[in-house]
Amino acid sequence: MSDSILPGRRTFLKSVGVSSLAVAAAPAWVQAAQAVRVDDSEQPLKPGEQRINLKVNGQTHTVNVPANAVLLDVLRDRLQLTGTKKGCDHGQCGACTLHVNGVAVNSCLSLAVSHDGDEITTIEGLEKDGTLHPVQEAFWEHDAYQCGYCTSGQIMSAVAIINDPAIGTDDASVREAMSGNICRCGAYKNILSAVQSAREKMKGAS
Amino acid sequence: MRTFQFDKATDTEQALKAAGAEQAMFLAGGTTLLDLVKLDVMQPERLVDVNRLPLNKIETLSDGRVRIGALVTNTTLARDEHIVEHYPVLSQALLSGATTQLRNKATTAGNVMQRVRCHYFRDNVSPCNKREPGSGCSAIEGDNRSVHAVLGTSEHCIATHPSDMCVAMAAIGATVQVQGPKGEREIDFLDYHLLPGDTPEREHALQPGELITHIVLAAPLADSRSAYLKLRDRASYQFALASSAIIVRLQGDRIAEARIALGGVGTKPWRATEAEQALRGQPATEDSFRRAADVAMQGAKPYRQNAYKIPLAKQAIVRNLQTLTGAVA
Repeated sequence: MSDSILPGRRTFLKSVGVSSLAVAAAPAWVQAAQAVRVDDSEQPLKPGEQRINLKVNGQTHTVNVPANAVLLDVLRDRLQLTGTKKGCDHGQCGACTLHVNGVAVNSCLSLAVSHDGDEITTIEGLEKDGTLHPVQEAFWEHDAYQCGYCTSGQIMSAVAIINDPAIGTDDASVREAMSGNICRCGAYKNILSAVQSAREKMKGAS
Repeated sequence: MRTFQFDKATDTEQALKAAGAEQAMFLAGGTTLLDLVKLDVMQPERLVDVNRLPLNKIETLSDGRVRIGALVTNTTLARDEHIVEHYPVLSQALLSGATTQLRNKATTAGNVMQRVRCHYFRDNVSPCNKREPGSGCSAIEGDNRSVHAVLGTSEHCIATHPSDMCVAMAAIGATVQVQGPKGEREIDFLDYHLLPGDTPEREHALQPGELITHIVLAAPLADSRSAYLKLRDRASYQFALASSAIIVRLQGDRIAEARIALGGVGTKPWRATEAEQALRGQPATEDSFRRAADVAMQGAKPYRQNAYKIPLAKQAIVRNLQTLTGAVA
Protein backbone atom coordinates (compact mmCIF):
# COMPACT_ATOMS: atom_id res chain seq x y z
CA MET A 1 0.00 0.00 0.00
CA SER A 2 1.55 3.29 -0.97
CA ASP A 3 1.63 6.27 1.32
CA SER A 4 -0.43 8.32 -1.06
CA ILE A 5 -3.65 6.47 -0.28
CA LEU A 6 -3.14 6.36 3.45
CA PRO A 7 -5.21 9.16 4.89
CA GLY A 8 -3.58 11.44 7.41
CA ARG A 9 -5.31 11.65 10.78
CA ARG A 10 -6.73 15.07 10.07
CA THR A 11 -7.98 14.11 6.60
CA PHE A 12 -9.54 11.01 8.04
CA LEU A 13 -11.32 12.99 10.71
CA LYS A 14 -12.58 15.41 8.11
CA SER A 15 -13.71 12.83 5.65
CA VAL A 16 -15.86 10.87 8.03
CA GLY A 17 -16.59 13.60 10.51
CA VAL A 18 -15.66 11.41 13.44
CA SER A 19 -14.45 11.69 16.99
CA SER A 20 -17.13 12.79 19.37
CA LEU A 21 -14.51 15.10 20.81
CA ALA A 22 -13.98 16.78 17.48
CA VAL A 23 -17.64 17.09 16.70
CA ALA A 24 -18.63 17.73 20.26
CA ALA A 25 -16.30 20.50 21.13
CA ALA A 26 -13.17 21.26 19.12
CA PRO A 27 -13.64 24.50 17.20
CA ALA A 28 -11.05 23.57 14.54
CA TRP A 29 -13.10 20.62 13.40
CA VAL A 30 -16.53 22.14 13.43
CA GLN A 31 -16.53 22.44 9.66
CA ALA A 32 -16.02 18.70 9.28
CA ALA A 33 -19.53 17.82 10.32
CA GLN A 34 -21.47 18.55 7.15
CA ALA A 35 -23.56 15.57 6.13
CA VAL A 36 -23.75 14.53 2.54
CA ARG A 37 -27.40 14.41 1.51
CA VAL A 38 -28.56 10.86 0.88
CA ASP A 39 -31.27 10.35 -1.72
CA ASP A 40 -32.36 6.78 -2.38
CA SER A 41 -35.55 7.77 -4.19
CA GLU A 42 -34.17 6.49 -7.53
CA GLN A 43 -33.04 3.22 -5.96
CA PRO A 44 -35.55 0.38 -6.23
CA LEU A 45 -36.73 -0.91 -2.86
CA LYS A 46 -35.31 -4.31 -1.97
CA PRO A 47 -37.65 -6.87 -0.40
CA GLY A 48 -38.55 -5.80 3.14
CA GLU A 49 -37.28 -2.26 2.67
CA GLN A 50 -39.27 0.91 3.18
CA ARG A 51 -38.49 4.40 1.93
CA ILE A 52 -38.43 7.06 4.61
CA ASN A 53 -37.60 10.73 4.90
CA LEU A 54 -35.44 11.77 7.81
CA LYS A 55 -34.99 15.47 8.45
CA VAL A 56 -31.65 15.50 10.20
CA ASN A 57 -30.16 18.79 11.37
CA GLY A 58 -32.40 20.61 8.91
CA GLN A 59 -31.45 18.49 5.90
CA THR A 60 -33.90 15.96 4.45
CA HIS A 61 -32.53 12.58 3.49
CA THR A 62 -34.51 9.96 1.59
CA VAL A 63 -33.31 6.53 2.66
CA ASN A 64 -34.38 2.99 1.79
CA VAL A 65 -34.11 0.98 4.98
CA PRO A 66 -35.00 -2.54 6.08
CA ALA A 67 -37.66 -2.77 8.80
CA ASN A 68 -35.12 -3.77 11.43
CA ALA A 69 -32.72 -0.87 10.76
CA VAL A 70 -32.09 1.04 13.95
CA LEU A 71 -32.13 4.84 13.77
CA LEU A 72 -28.67 5.07 15.33
CA ASP A 73 -27.18 2.74 12.71
CA VAL A 74 -28.86 4.53 9.80
CA LEU A 75 -27.49 7.86 10.98
CA ARG A 76 -24.00 6.49 11.43
CA ASP A 77 -23.73 4.08 8.51
CA ARG A 78 -25.97 5.60 5.85
CA LEU A 79 -25.79 9.32 6.61
CA GLN A 80 -22.18 9.23 7.86
CA LEU A 81 -23.23 11.17 10.95
CA THR A 82 -20.92 9.33 13.30
CA GLY A 83 -21.00 11.89 16.10
CA THR A 84 -23.81 9.92 17.72
CA LYS A 85 -22.19 6.97 19.47
CA LYS A 86 -23.16 3.36 20.03
CA GLY A 87 -22.36 2.30 23.57
CA CYS A 88 -24.46 -0.46 25.09
CA ASP A 89 -26.99 -0.59 22.24
CA HIS A 90 -29.72 -1.37 24.82
CA GLY A 91 -30.83 2.00 26.17
CA GLN A 92 -28.71 1.79 29.27
CA CYS A 93 -25.76 4.11 28.64
CA GLY A 94 -27.14 7.15 26.79
CA ALA A 95 -24.23 7.49 24.31
CA CYS A 96 -26.76 7.44 21.43
CA THR A 97 -28.93 10.26 22.80
CA LEU A 98 -30.30 12.66 20.21
CA HIS A 99 -33.42 14.80 19.81
CA VAL A 100 -36.51 13.62 17.95
CA ASN A 101 -38.90 16.52 17.41
CA GLY A 102 -37.05 18.33 20.19
CA VAL A 103 -37.24 15.49 22.73
CA ALA A 104 -34.15 13.61 23.95
CA VAL A 105 -34.39 9.86 23.30
CA ASN A 106 -32.13 6.82 22.95
CA SER A 107 -31.64 6.28 19.22
CA CYS A 108 -30.48 2.69 19.76
CA LEU A 109 -34.02 1.72 20.80
CA SER A 110 -35.66 3.43 17.82
CA LEU A 111 -36.45 1.84 14.49
CA ALA A 112 -35.66 4.15 11.57
CA VAL A 113 -38.98 3.23 9.90
CA SER A 114 -40.84 4.57 12.94
CA HIS A 115 -39.31 8.01 12.36
CA ASP A 116 -40.42 8.75 8.81
CA GLY A 117 -40.91 12.52 8.64
CA ASP A 118 -39.53 13.24 12.08
CA GLU A 119 -37.11 16.08 12.78
CA ILE A 120 -33.91 14.77 14.25
CA THR A 121 -31.10 16.76 15.79
CA THR A 122 -27.74 15.13 16.37
CA ILE A 123 -24.56 16.51 17.91
CA GLU A 124 -23.53 17.65 14.41
CA GLY A 125 -26.58 19.91 14.29
CA LEU A 126 -25.85 21.95 17.41
CA GLU A 127 -23.27 24.35 15.98
CA LYS A 128 -24.61 27.27 14.02
CA ASP A 129 -22.52 28.83 11.23
CA GLY A 130 -19.26 27.60 12.65
CA THR A 131 -20.04 28.66 16.22
CA LEU A 132 -20.30 25.99 18.84
CA HIS A 133 -23.43 25.65 20.93
CA PRO A 134 -22.92 27.10 24.45
CA VAL A 135 -23.10 23.58 25.91
CA GLN A 136 -20.36 22.40 23.55
CA GLU A 137 -18.25 25.42 24.54
CA ALA A 138 -18.84 24.68 28.19
CA PHE A 139 -17.76 21.03 27.84
CA TRP A 140 -14.59 22.26 26.18
CA GLU A 141 -13.91 24.89 28.83
CA HIS A 142 -14.66 22.63 31.78
CA ASP A 143 -12.80 19.62 30.40
CA ALA A 144 -16.01 17.63 30.83
CA TYR A 145 -14.69 14.37 29.39
CA GLN A 146 -11.73 12.10 29.36
CA CYS A 147 -12.05 9.59 26.52
CA GLY A 148 -14.93 11.53 24.96
CA TYR A 149 -17.02 8.56 23.89
CA CYS A 150 -20.08 9.48 25.94
CA THR A 151 -19.70 13.20 25.24
CA SER A 152 -22.13 13.53 22.33
CA GLY A 153 -24.87 11.89 24.36
CA GLN A 154 -24.04 13.94 27.45
CA ILE A 155 -24.23 17.16 25.45
CA MET A 156 -27.51 16.22 23.75
CA SER A 157 -29.05 15.39 27.13
CA ALA A 158 -27.67 18.57 28.67
CA VAL A 159 -29.13 20.77 25.92
CA ALA A 160 -32.55 19.17 26.35
CA ILE A 161 -32.41 19.48 30.13
CA ILE A 162 -31.39 23.15 30.13
CA ASN A 163 -34.20 23.94 27.69
CA ASP A 164 -36.79 22.04 29.73
CA PRO A 165 -38.53 24.30 32.26
CA ALA A 166 -39.95 21.26 34.10
CA ILE A 167 -36.51 20.08 35.19
CA GLY A 168 -35.02 21.75 38.25
CA THR A 169 -31.90 23.88 37.91
CA ASP A 170 -30.14 22.79 41.09
CA ASP A 171 -27.21 20.34 40.95
CA ALA A 172 -29.23 17.42 42.34
CA SER A 173 -31.93 17.82 39.67
CA VAL A 174 -29.34 17.98 36.90
CA ARG A 175 -27.59 14.86 38.19
CA GLU A 176 -30.89 13.01 38.37
CA ALA A 177 -32.00 14.17 34.90
CA MET A 178 -28.60 13.20 33.42
CA SER A 179 -28.47 9.79 35.09
CA GLY A 180 -29.25 8.11 31.77
CA ASN A 181 -25.84 9.17 30.45
CA ILE A 182 -23.10 6.99 31.82
CA CYS A 183 -19.47 8.21 31.79
CA ARG A 184 -17.15 5.34 32.61
CA CYS A 185 -14.19 7.70 32.89
CA GLY A 186 -16.10 9.33 35.72
CA ALA A 187 -16.02 12.92 34.46
CA TYR A 188 -19.33 13.66 36.16
CA LYS A 189 -18.02 16.50 38.30
CA ASN A 190 -16.83 18.47 35.28
CA ILE A 191 -19.90 17.52 33.25
CA LEU A 192 -22.08 19.01 35.98
CA SER A 193 -20.01 22.23 36.07
CA ALA A 194 -20.21 22.46 32.28
CA VAL A 195 -23.99 22.07 32.27
CA GLN A 196 -24.49 24.65 34.99
CA SER A 197 -22.12 27.15 33.41
CA ALA A 198 -23.77 26.69 29.99
CA ARG A 199 -27.14 27.33 31.62
CA GLU A 200 -25.92 30.69 32.89
CA LYS A 201 -24.54 31.64 29.47
CA MET A 202 -27.73 30.60 27.69
CA LYS A 203 -29.78 32.64 30.14
CA GLY A 204 -27.58 35.66 29.42
CA ALA A 205 -27.93 35.17 25.67
CA SER A 206 -31.72 34.97 25.57
CA MET B 1 -31.27 -7.91 15.22
CA ARG B 2 -33.59 -10.41 13.56
CA THR B 3 -35.82 -9.14 10.82
CA PHE B 4 -39.61 -8.94 10.84
CA GLN B 5 -42.55 -7.74 8.84
CA PHE B 6 -43.42 -4.16 9.69
CA ASP B 7 -46.71 -2.30 9.47
CA LYS B 8 -47.55 1.20 10.55
CA ALA B 9 -51.11 1.80 11.70
CA THR B 10 -52.87 5.14 11.94
CA ASP B 11 -56.04 3.98 13.69
CA THR B 12 -57.01 1.19 16.04
CA GLU B 13 -58.97 -0.85 13.48
CA GLN B 14 -55.99 -0.82 11.13
CA ALA B 15 -53.67 -1.86 13.95
CA LEU B 16 -55.90 -4.77 14.98
CA LYS B 17 -56.24 -5.91 11.40
CA ALA B 18 -52.49 -5.79 10.81
CA ALA B 19 -51.93 -7.69 14.05
CA GLY B 20 -54.31 -10.44 12.96
CA ALA B 21 -51.33 -12.47 11.83
CA GLU B 22 -49.66 -14.91 14.20
CA GLN B 23 -46.71 -13.69 16.26
CA ALA B 24 -47.52 -10.02 15.66
CA MET B 25 -46.57 -7.59 18.38
CA PHE B 26 -47.47 -3.95 18.84
CA LEU B 27 -44.57 -1.49 18.90
CA ALA B 28 -44.97 1.72 20.91
CA GLY B 29 -41.96 3.31 22.65
CA GLY B 30 -39.89 0.20 21.99
CA THR B 31 -37.80 0.53 25.13
CA THR B 32 -38.59 -3.02 26.22
CA LEU B 33 -39.50 -4.63 22.93
CA LEU B 34 -36.52 -3.57 20.81
CA ASP B 35 -34.15 -4.26 23.68
CA LEU B 36 -35.46 -7.83 23.89
CA VAL B 37 -35.62 -8.36 20.11
CA LYS B 38 -31.95 -7.37 19.95
CA LEU B 39 -31.26 -10.01 22.61
CA ASP B 40 -33.44 -12.41 20.60
CA VAL B 41 -35.48 -13.05 23.76
CA MET B 42 -38.56 -11.76 21.95
CA GLN B 43 -38.92 -13.05 18.42
CA PRO B 44 -41.74 -11.25 16.62
CA GLU B 45 -42.60 -12.26 13.07
CA ARG B 46 -44.39 -8.98 12.61
CA LEU B 47 -44.35 -5.62 14.35
CA VAL B 48 -47.27 -3.24 14.14
CA ASP B 49 -46.15 0.31 14.91
CA VAL B 50 -48.98 1.98 16.84
CA ASN B 51 -47.19 5.24 17.57
CA ARG B 52 -49.42 7.26 15.24
CA LEU B 53 -52.69 6.07 16.79
CA PRO B 54 -54.72 8.88 18.40
CA LEU B 55 -54.24 7.50 21.91
CA ASN B 56 -52.16 10.24 23.49
CA LYS B 57 -54.64 12.21 25.61
CA ILE B 58 -55.18 12.45 29.35
CA GLU B 59 -58.87 13.19 30.04
CA THR B 60 -60.69 13.76 33.31
CA LEU B 61 -64.07 12.02 33.10
CA SER B 62 -67.26 13.48 34.59
CA ASP B 63 -67.20 10.94 37.44
CA GLY B 64 -63.72 12.07 38.50
CA ARG B 65 -61.85 9.17 36.94
CA VAL B 66 -58.92 9.89 34.62
CA ARG B 67 -58.55 8.22 31.25
CA ILE B 68 -54.97 7.93 30.02
CA GLY B 69 -54.29 7.11 26.39
CA ALA B 70 -52.04 4.10 25.79
CA LEU B 71 -49.42 6.25 24.04
CA VAL B 72 -49.08 9.00 26.65
CA THR B 73 -45.39 8.96 27.49
CA ASN B 74 -44.14 8.39 31.01
CA THR B 75 -42.72 11.93 30.99
CA THR B 76 -46.01 13.52 29.90
CA LEU B 77 -48.03 11.55 32.44
CA ALA B 78 -45.65 12.32 35.30
CA ARG B 79 -45.85 16.05 34.57
CA ASP B 80 -49.56 16.35 33.88
CA GLU B 81 -50.93 19.01 36.26
CA HIS B 82 -54.01 17.01 37.18
CA ILE B 83 -51.92 13.92 37.92
CA VAL B 84 -49.38 15.88 39.96
CA GLU B 85 -52.16 17.46 42.03
CA HIS B 86 -54.50 14.50 42.52
CA TYR B 87 -52.25 11.47 42.13
CA PRO B 88 -48.81 12.52 43.43
CA VAL B 89 -47.99 8.85 44.05
CA LEU B 90 -48.27 8.16 40.31
CA SER B 91 -46.17 11.13 39.25
CA GLN B 92 -43.47 10.23 41.79
CA ALA B 93 -43.46 6.57 40.77
CA LEU B 94 -43.03 7.47 37.10
CA LEU B 95 -40.20 9.90 37.81
CA SER B 96 -38.41 7.33 39.94
CA GLY B 97 -38.24 4.90 37.02
CA ALA B 98 -35.67 4.61 34.24
CA THR B 99 -34.01 7.76 32.83
CA THR B 100 -35.07 11.02 31.21
CA GLN B 101 -34.53 9.64 27.69
CA LEU B 102 -36.32 6.35 28.38
CA ARG B 103 -39.28 8.09 30.04
CA ASN B 104 -39.53 10.34 26.99
CA LYS B 105 -40.00 7.27 24.80
CA ALA B 106 -41.76 4.81 27.08
CA THR B 107 -45.55 4.82 26.94
CA THR B 108 -48.27 4.11 29.50
CA ALA B 109 -49.40 0.85 27.88
CA GLY B 110 -45.80 -0.16 27.21
CA ASN B 111 -44.96 0.31 30.87
CA VAL B 112 -47.83 -2.02 31.76
CA MET B 113 -46.43 -4.54 29.24
CA GLN B 114 -42.85 -4.36 30.57
CA ARG B 115 -41.05 -7.70 30.82
CA VAL B 116 -39.10 -8.92 33.82
CA ARG B 117 -35.46 -7.97 34.41
CA CYS B 118 -34.34 -11.44 35.55
CA HIS B 119 -30.90 -11.92 33.97
CA TYR B 120 -31.62 -15.59 33.28
CA PHE B 121 -34.66 -14.51 31.25
CA ARG B 122 -32.61 -11.91 29.41
CA ASP B 123 -29.48 -13.96 28.75
CA ASN B 124 -31.31 -16.20 26.26
CA VAL B 125 -29.20 -19.20 27.31
CA SER B 126 -30.10 -20.26 30.85
CA PRO B 127 -33.14 -22.40 31.58
CA CYS B 128 -36.10 -20.05 32.05
CA ASN B 129 -39.74 -21.12 32.23
CA LYS B 130 -40.92 -17.73 31.06
CA ARG B 131 -38.83 -17.80 27.93
CA GLU B 132 -38.96 -21.54 27.36
CA PRO B 133 -41.78 -23.20 29.30
CA GLY B 134 -40.70 -26.39 31.04
CA SER B 135 -36.97 -25.63 30.91
CA GLY B 136 -36.75 -24.76 34.61
CA CYS B 137 -36.04 -21.63 36.67
CA SER B 138 -32.37 -20.73 37.03
CA ALA B 139 -33.06 -17.98 39.55
CA ILE B 140 -34.51 -20.12 42.34
CA GLU B 141 -31.14 -21.69 43.10
CA GLY B 142 -29.10 -19.01 41.37
CA ASP B 143 -28.41 -15.30 41.70
CA ASN B 144 -31.66 -13.87 43.07
CA ARG B 145 -30.63 -10.86 45.10
CA SER B 146 -32.06 -7.84 43.35
CA VAL B 147 -34.84 -8.46 40.81
CA HIS B 148 -36.44 -11.50 42.39
CA ALA B 149 -39.55 -11.62 44.50
CA VAL B 150 -40.57 -12.84 47.93
CA LEU B 151 -44.32 -12.52 47.31
CA GLY B 152 -46.39 -14.35 44.69
CA THR B 153 -43.56 -16.64 43.57
CA SER B 154 -43.96 -20.20 42.36
CA GLU B 155 -41.57 -23.08 41.84
CA HIS B 156 -41.53 -22.05 38.17
CA CYS B 157 -40.64 -18.34 38.35
CA ILE B 158 -39.64 -15.79 40.98
CA ALA B 159 -38.92 -12.68 38.88
CA THR B 160 -40.36 -9.35 40.08
CA HIS B 161 -42.52 -7.16 37.92
CA PRO B 162 -40.15 -4.25 37.30
CA SER B 163 -42.57 -1.32 36.91
CA ASP B 164 -42.87 1.58 39.37
CA MET B 165 -45.83 3.12 37.53
CA CYS B 166 -47.87 -0.08 37.88
CA VAL B 167 -47.32 -0.15 41.64
CA ALA B 168 -48.85 3.33 41.91
CA MET B 169 -51.74 2.29 39.68
CA ALA B 170 -52.36 -0.81 41.79
CA ALA B 171 -52.70 1.44 44.85
CA ILE B 172 -54.90 4.00 43.09
CA GLY B 173 -57.15 1.39 41.46
CA ALA B 174 -57.50 1.34 37.70
CA THR B 175 -59.04 -0.36 34.70
CA VAL B 176 -57.24 -1.48 31.56
CA GLN B 177 -59.32 -0.81 28.46
CA VAL B 178 -58.50 -3.10 25.56
CA GLN B 179 -59.73 -3.50 22.04
CA GLY B 180 -59.44 -6.73 20.11
CA PRO B 181 -60.90 -8.87 17.35
CA LYS B 182 -63.95 -9.49 19.56
CA GLY B 183 -64.48 -5.85 20.44
CA GLU B 184 -63.75 -3.76 23.51
CA ARG B 185 -63.49 -4.90 27.10
CA GLU B 186 -62.21 -3.73 30.47
CA ILE B 187 -59.89 -5.58 32.82
CA ASP B 188 -59.45 -4.61 36.46
CA PHE B 189 -55.85 -3.48 36.91
CA LEU B 190 -55.30 -5.95 39.76
CA ASP B 191 -56.41 -8.82 37.51
CA TYR B 192 -54.31 -7.68 34.56
CA HIS B 193 -50.93 -9.02 35.64
CA LEU B 194 -50.92 -12.73 36.40
CA LEU B 195 -49.06 -14.64 39.07
CA PRO B 196 -46.49 -17.02 37.53
CA GLY B 197 -48.05 -20.19 39.01
CA ASP B 198 -47.61 -23.09 36.59
CA THR B 199 -47.63 -20.81 33.55
CA PRO B 200 -45.00 -18.08 34.01
CA GLU B 201 -44.98 -17.52 30.25
CA ARG B 202 -48.45 -16.00 30.66
CA GLU B 203 -47.83 -12.59 32.21
CA HIS B 204 -51.08 -10.73 31.62
CA ALA B 205 -54.75 -11.11 30.80
CA LEU B 206 -54.56 -9.87 27.18
CA GLN B 207 -55.90 -12.26 24.56
CA PRO B 208 -54.04 -12.67 21.25
CA GLY B 209 -54.57 -9.66 19.01
CA GLU B 210 -55.83 -7.40 21.79
CA LEU B 211 -54.43 -3.89 22.16
CA ILE B 212 -54.46 -1.70 25.27
CA THR B 213 -56.14 1.58 24.33
CA HIS B 214 -56.42 3.31 27.72
CA ILE B 215 -55.79 2.99 31.41
CA VAL B 216 -58.57 4.53 33.51
CA LEU B 217 -57.60 5.60 37.02
CA ALA B 218 -60.18 5.45 39.81
CA ALA B 219 -61.29 8.87 41.07
CA PRO B 220 -58.84 10.21 43.63
CA LEU B 221 -59.60 9.34 47.23
CA ALA B 222 -61.08 12.49 48.79
CA ASP B 223 -58.93 14.39 51.29
CA SER B 224 -56.08 11.95 50.83
CA ARG B 225 -52.35 12.31 50.53
CA SER B 226 -50.11 9.91 48.68
CA ALA B 227 -46.47 9.14 47.97
CA TYR B 228 -44.13 6.63 46.37
CA LEU B 229 -41.04 5.51 48.23
CA LYS B 230 -38.47 3.53 46.27
CA LEU B 231 -35.47 1.81 47.86
CA ARG B 232 -32.71 0.69 45.50
CA ASP B 233 -29.01 -0.03 45.15
CA ARG B 234 -28.22 3.49 43.93
CA ALA B 235 -30.09 6.77 44.11
CA SER B 236 -31.08 6.95 40.46
CA TYR B 237 -31.72 4.81 37.39
CA GLN B 238 -32.15 1.50 39.15
CA PHE B 239 -34.99 -0.95 39.66
CA ALA B 240 -36.61 -1.13 43.08
CA LEU B 241 -35.36 -3.57 45.68
CA ALA B 242 -38.50 -2.64 47.56
CA SER B 243 -40.96 0.19 47.07
CA SER B 244 -44.28 1.31 48.45
CA ALA B 245 -47.09 3.32 46.89
CA ILE B 246 -49.34 4.57 49.65
CA ILE B 247 -52.52 6.66 49.65
CA VAL B 248 -53.87 7.61 53.05
CA ARG B 249 -56.82 9.55 54.44
CA LEU B 250 -56.57 10.70 58.03
CA GLN B 251 -59.40 11.45 60.42
CA GLY B 252 -57.95 13.36 63.32
CA ASP B 253 -54.93 11.37 64.36
CA ARG B 254 -56.29 8.08 63.05
CA ILE B 255 -56.06 6.35 59.68
CA ALA B 256 -59.53 6.45 58.13
CA GLU B 257 -58.46 4.67 54.97
CA ALA B 258 -55.21 3.49 53.40
CA ARG B 259 -54.23 1.94 50.12
CA ILE B 260 -50.89 0.22 49.89
CA ALA B 261 -49.10 -1.41 46.97
CA LEU B 262 -45.59 -2.78 46.86
CA GLY B 263 -42.93 -2.96 44.17
CA GLY B 264 -39.65 -4.86 43.91
CA VAL B 265 -40.90 -7.70 46.11
CA GLY B 266 -43.80 -9.23 44.16
CA THR B 267 -44.11 -11.16 40.92
CA LYS B 268 -46.79 -8.61 40.00
CA PRO B 269 -47.60 -5.08 41.19
CA TRP B 270 -48.59 -6.07 44.75
CA ARG B 271 -51.66 -4.63 46.43
CA ALA B 272 -51.48 -5.25 50.17
CA THR B 273 -55.19 -5.24 51.05
CA GLU B 274 -54.80 -7.04 54.38
CA ALA B 275 -52.32 -4.44 55.54
CA GLU B 276 -54.81 -1.75 54.51
CA GLN B 277 -57.48 -3.38 56.66
CA ALA B 278 -55.07 -3.66 59.55
CA LEU B 279 -54.53 0.10 59.43
CA ARG B 280 -58.16 1.15 59.26
CA GLY B 281 -59.22 3.11 62.35
CA GLN B 282 -55.78 2.76 63.94
CA PRO B 283 -53.84 5.68 65.42
CA ALA B 284 -51.25 7.07 63.00
CA THR B 285 -48.28 5.85 65.00
CA GLU B 286 -45.16 3.87 64.24
CA ASP B 287 -46.60 0.91 66.15
CA SER B 288 -49.66 0.76 63.89
CA PHE B 289 -47.49 1.12 60.80
CA ARG B 290 -45.18 -1.70 61.92
CA ARG B 291 -48.13 -4.00 62.58
CA ALA B 292 -49.56 -3.26 59.14
CA ALA B 293 -46.14 -3.85 57.55
CA ASP B 294 -45.88 -7.22 59.29
CA VAL B 295 -49.30 -8.14 57.91
CA ALA B 296 -48.26 -7.06 54.40
CA MET B 297 -45.24 -9.37 54.42
CA GLN B 298 -46.86 -12.27 56.28
CA GLY B 299 -46.83 -14.68 53.35
CA ALA B 300 -43.38 -13.68 52.09
CA LYS B 301 -41.02 -16.47 51.08
CA PRO B 302 -37.31 -15.62 50.99
CA TYR B 303 -34.84 -17.15 48.56
CA ARG B 304 -31.09 -17.64 48.89
CA GLN B 305 -30.04 -14.02 48.51
CA ASN B 306 -33.17 -11.92 48.96
CA ALA B 307 -34.39 -12.49 52.51
CA TYR B 308 -33.34 -8.89 53.25
CA LYS B 309 -36.24 -7.74 51.08
CA ILE B 310 -38.75 -8.70 53.78
CA PRO B 311 -37.53 -6.18 56.39
CA LEU B 312 -36.72 -3.72 53.60
CA ALA B 313 -40.28 -3.79 52.25
CA LYS B 314 -41.65 -3.39 55.77
CA GLN B 315 -39.44 -0.36 56.22
CA ALA B 316 -40.64 1.02 52.87
CA ILE B 317 -44.19 0.86 54.23
CA VAL B 318 -43.40 2.28 57.66
CA ARG B 319 -41.25 5.14 56.45
CA ASN B 320 -43.67 6.14 53.72
CA LEU B 321 -46.56 6.19 56.22
CA GLN B 322 -44.51 8.14 58.74
CA THR B 323 -43.67 10.81 56.18
CA LEU B 324 -47.22 10.96 54.83
CA THR B 325 -48.85 11.29 58.24
CA GLY B 326 -46.19 13.50 59.76
CA ALA B 327 -45.62 10.85 62.44
CA VAL B 328 -41.85 10.82 62.08
CA ALA B 329 -40.35 9.56 65.32
